[in-house]
Amino acid sequence: MTQSPPRSIAGTIPSAGSVAPSPDAPGGGGFPRWRNPAKNRLVRAYFQSPVAAISLVILVIIVFLATFAPWIAPTNPYDLGTVTVVNSRLPPGATARIGDTVFLLGSDGAGRDLLSAILYGLRTSIIVAAASTGIAVLIGLWVGLLAAYVGGRTDAALMRLVDLQLSFPTMLVALMLLAILGNGLDKIIAALVIVQWAYFARTARAAALVEREKEYMEAARGLYLGHGRMIFRHLMPNSIAPLIVVATIQAAHAVSLEATLSFLGLGLPPTEPSLGLLIANGFNYVFSLHWWISLFPGLALLLTIVVMNLAGDRLRDLLNPRLRK
Amino acid sequence: MIAFVLQRLIQSIAIVIAMSIIVFVGVTVVGNPVDMLISPEVSQADRERIIRSFGLDLPIHQQYFVFALSVLRGEFGQSFVFGESAIKLIVQRMPATLELATTALLISIIIGLPLGVRAGLKPDSIASRLTMSFSILGFSLPTFWIGIMLMMLFAVVLGWLPATGRGPTVLFLGVEVSFLTWDGLRHLILPATTLALLKVSLVIRLARAGTLEVVHQDYIRTARAKGLKNDRIVFVHVLKNIMIPIVTIIGLEFGQLIAFSIVTETIFSWPGMGKLIVDSIRMLDRPIIVAYLMIIVVLITGINFIVDIIYAILDPRIRHEATK
Repeated sequence: MTQSPPRSIAGTIPSAGSVAPSPDAPGGGGFPRWRNPAKNRLVRAYFQSPVAAISLVILVIIVFLATFAPWIAPTNPYDLGTVTVVNSRLPPGATARIGDTVFLLGSDGAGRDLLSAILYGLRTSIIVAAASTGIAVLIGLWVGLLAAYVGGRTDAALMRLVDLQLSFPTMLVALMLLAILGNGLDKIIAALVIVQWAYFARTARAAALVEREKEYMEAARGLYLGHGRMIFRHLMPNSIAPLIVVATIQAAHAVSLEATLSFLGLGLPPTEPSLGLLIANGFNYVFSLHWWISLFPGLALLLTIVVMNLAGDRLRDLLNPRLRK
Repeated sequence: MIAFVLQRLIQSIAIVIAMSIIVFVGVTVVGNPVDMLISPEVSQADRERIIRSFGLDLPIHQQYFVFALSVLRGEFGQSFVFGESAIKLIVQRMPATLELATTALLISIIIGLPLGVRAGLKPDSIASRLTMSFSILGFSLPTFWIGIMLMMLFAVVLGWLPATGRGPTVLFLGVEVSFLTWDGLRHLILPATTLALLKVSLVIRLARAGTLEVVHQDYIRTARAKGLKNDRIVFVHVLKNIMIPIVTIIGLEFGQLIAFSIVTETIFSWPGMGKLIVDSIRMLDRPIIVAYLMIIVVLITGINFIVDIIYAILDPRIRHEATK
């Protein structure tokens, strides 16, 4: 589907280990030198796909809008002092019945400006995705590296746990956790960390197992470097690339799951901004054809997930030489 | 083969035990078991009597055995809301969910397989590229939102299909099903399609990847060299070989379909166990929550077990490797 990238790129990352930094280089000072040119080439290759380039630009815009939502949004849809039910269910482009706000995308059942509510909702989506995937990457990376490095029983036990978790659908595990924990922003982040870490652990372990056998690791072992230094300075930087791909896709999944769980009334409480809750609000008015209340938040949600997946897909094509034609 | 089946069976039982411990710890240590088993209206004396009768005054490992025994007997207590046995309520609603998930699975294969094989045979054609772009879109669609959109379009605006409910059911092999009546089928289309969209992209991708790999194999070249018709090559040789990964992964994904039927059932008021669990979580009907979790654990572990066995039958290499 994607044009095959120029010869060198995709192979660069996985084989980079063989271009090992000389172990006796004067005490550290950032990452090994070979890494930057590889990264630059990767960036250039990434942008050779127009779809991927546009996706990334849209993603950056979404993250920007979400981050600065309180300053960009025309109104504060969660300020109970200004939002009034009198303005509820106004069609897109209508002027408020009370006040002079223009509702570009209409208003929802509680009289909130949809555009503002969507921006606030995106903010929650991004926070949840970034926090949960970020923490899950850290835990997964740790567990995966540890399993690969130590091996033996530790490895077997940890991977059993990973297999056990992965044999159950993330949606069900998240649902089960929220049923026990109750709802709230911290709870949903916790639930999403728990459903995600196993993916990263498996990926990190697989990458680290390959790296462990490479010559530079053998050289490092030969020099009797400490375990910490072996893991963090040698194994980790070289095992991290595949995690980036999984993280992008998982973050998209986290956005989707948060919205789904909030829609079901199990994620965020109704007082918090969330695209899922907005769509749930719109769902109440499906039969009276107030279509905009569920359509626009859904489109925003879909766009966010699509661009994340497209970016992740491109990265996977670039970082996985096996998929290269 | 028997050794392989036994090995997998023991593994499955171990998983069920492990999950039952997790569920037990979740509801007993994290949640409050007293609230879980006793409705709040009960008087203090009754409360203490029930606590003793459920063994909640025992040490934790003994409590687990009490819990495990009751699970084995299928006793999860009475639903607070319905006043009926929790397990019975779930089992009653199970056929509706399984019918929905199975139909969704079939739809996703019927749509996804031809598209994916085509994209794999002609990877550079415009149709194939479009298919692959669509698959990323399909991969990203939030189930609950697309369900609402489909409902609004086909049920509310166009009025072609009913928006909610299951319609009339008939008894088929002792199970209530709705696909055998015209009205039941009409009710099934929207929720099943919504659920199927979740997996269509996966089937497309698997079929494409499989086809891309298989068409370069020697046996396909041989088949071409001996002058077999293209149709025969595609339908017999290619299809047969790509089915192994597809059956496996789709089988494993069946659990996810059941998980997401929670969403579809909520939107379309489909009277399955997914809708029941969402309502129960909202109303803190704990006996149903615990019963649902344990049933799902057994169901999914069972599916994984069956898929493993089918996989081993389809691909003898697997069972040889596993039991070596």
